[in-house]
Amino acid sequence: MRFITEFRRSDLAEGLITQIRHRSQTPARFMEFCGGHTVTIFRYGIRQVLPATIEMVSGPGCPICVTANADLDKAIALAQIPEAITATFGDMLKVPGSHTSLQELKADGADVRMVYSTSDALNMAEENPTKSVVLLGIGFETTAPTVAASILQAADKRISNYYVLSLHKLCPPVIRAILDAGEVRLHGLICPGHVSTIIGSHPWEFIARDYGIPCVVSGFEPLDILQCVAMLVAQVEEGRSEVEIAYRRGVRPEGNQEALRIMERVFEPGPATWRGIGEVPDSGLKIRTEYQHFDAELAFDINPGPPSQPEGCICGDILRGVKTPVDCRLFGKACTPQYPVGPCMVSSEGSCAAYYNYGEGL
Amino acid sequence: MGEFEKILLTHGSGGKLAHELVEKSFVKAFDNPLLDKLDDSAVIDFSGRLAFTTDSYVVSPIFFPGGDIGKLAVCGTVNDLAMSGAKPLYLSLSFIIEEGLPKSELKKIVESVQRAAQEAGVKIVTGDTKVVHRGSADKLFINTAGIGIIPEGADISGSNATPGDKVLLSGPIGDHGIAVLSQREGLSFSTQLESDCAPLNGLVDEMLNASSSIHCLRDPTRGGLATTLNELAKQSKVSIRIEEERVPVRDEVLAACEMLGLDPLYIANEGRLVAVVPAEDTDKVLKAMRRNHYGKEASLIGEVSANNPGRVVMRTTIGASRIVDMMVGDPLPRIC
Repeated sequence: MRFITEFRRSDLAEGLITQIRHRSQTPARFMEFCGGHTVTIFRYGIRQVLPATIEMVSGPGCPICVTANADLDKAIALAQIPEAITATFGDMLKVPGSHTSLQELKADGADVRMVYSTSDALNMAEENPTKSVVLLGIGFETTAPTVAASILQAADKRISNYYVLSLHKLCPPVIRAILDAGEVRLHGLICPGHVSTIIGSHPWEFIARDYGIPCVVSGFEPLDILQCVAMLVAQVEEGRSEVEIAYRRGVRPEGNQEALRIMERVFEPGPATWRGIGEVPDSGLKIRTEYQHFDAELAFDINPGPPSQPEGCICGDILRGVKTPVDCRLFGKACTPQYPVGPCMVSSEGSCAAYYNYGEGL
Repeated sequence: MGEFEKILLTHGSGGKLAHELVEKSFVKAFDNPLLDKLDDSAVIDFSGRLAFTTDSYVVSPIFFPGGDIGKLAVCGTVNDLAMSGAKPLYLSLSFIIEEGLPKSELKKIVESVQRAAQEAGVKIVTGDTKVVHRGSADKLFINTAGIGIIPEGADISGSNATPGDKVLLSGPIGDHGIAVLSQREGLSFSTQLESDCAPLNGLVDEMLNASSSIHCLRDPTRGGLATTLNELAKQSKVSIRIEEERVPVRDEVLAACEMLGLDPLYIANEGRLVAVVPAEDTDKVLKAMRRNHYGKEASLIGEVSANNPGRVVMRTTIGASRIVDMMVGDPLPRIC
């Protein structure tokens, strides 16, 4: 098994597509929550091969995209502190905040460094004892455990110049918020794969139970998505609503208990503001009091000022699944990956970038 | 010996140490009558159509699996000439050295330049050395220029692609970019992968012997295959359609790309070429490519058509289509 090419086989794809076309009779709207899934869907042209009965909408599962400008401005303010090193994952560099981006600050001399893992950031703190290293903690349940682990390690090693700006967000609460808002009617949910690797499939059960919406956890290869859609179609046609896993090689129903324990030790749920959605209770992760000396927001006196939104940008509506990128008058004109206006065009997992890069509607 | 083990600022000063470095390190290794004269410029007798190119090399790290900055500089310059259908003949080489570079490393790179030049059949006929303060360069930068001669009747250009033409690729994509990335600080992952860095003028020569009507040649370096195909489609005002399943990618490259959130279509190559050839010549060109060491994994990956000029489209493994755009910015790893 090489775990990649097998899941891109054209003969198996053809079989699944035929199966979906035969089976799907009832019109159904499925949302892929996760930006990684959005990319797979566009990269392989999955929408083109699905029958007319199935409508796919993209959800808010792109961590960069859902980060509110007020939070981006905090990250940008931290990067301007003298003697501070900002450690960030790549996608964050280009995202425009209210007034500037980390990329522009870096060009002006701010010490902003791209890291590939939290341990790189921690090493940076050890190697630069006279500077403060601030890790921008962005991401869902997938990345939060590694950030939590870095804080535990820092505590263990008594590293006192390591800080985290926790902008982490939790997926189940925001899905509930979207469903409660009732703006978009769904008949199936493609549940995030890597988030489920950590939290398992149980946390999605309320969606099937309380909202009657079929849920299937999917992997990120084209066959994973097709398999997942086939399972959703089966549930719709059979009138079932259950949580199923189409990504057994990555997800167990109970999740990764060790990762959850580490996350729980360092973080506690708190309110978080999502771009386009607003404040959602218990959908963010706050550093617990015990570890608050690692909390960049408490350690530094930053005052980024009131956030402003780019005019005409409809990223918020797109993230709620109410509109698509082609509904935006900036899309492909004023807003392109070279000159992004909104975050959905910056992040490789953003809907706008996926529409633009892979030429949906060809 | 009494010699310094590192390059010092004085090695670039033009004085005795500088002369010693030039004579012992460079002239000896690149030995040829044009260079040996050590005049201010190399004087060359020439007639015919010239191809003239320049490039700079700043790769980090300077040594990587399958090559180093020296080999890269020679191959890159030779390939740029070869892609115009020229026979590469003469190269210039300028070294910009950060003070403190161990002489042993410089020696290795010079030897590597010499080997690559020998394989490609080109001569280093002129050069220059500058040494800069620590931090003003990253170990070593190399700037080159190259001159080649274009054979009578050859007409190879990015604007020659014609509807109906076939698109050939000389081997798997992404080896160079991933091999270099695997050595980067903060990212080092272990892989058996080696850069594909190679001089392609021999391969081009054999392709041109097989067909006198090759329309375009281009080496998909920075920006990868996707960017090269877009350049050709735009220059020739045609569309190019490729098939995902026909584009060879090694398992190691695929795995690294998945891990880092990259697309192999955008990863740099240094020893691959794309050829656009008339349909009737496809077989003989492909056969000629496969006979050459650097083209043994060559494949037919797509074709040229007239509709939607400037656009590159790929038929995906599941039978749908998607646009393959030019690369925007640097390919950044994703965060989850």
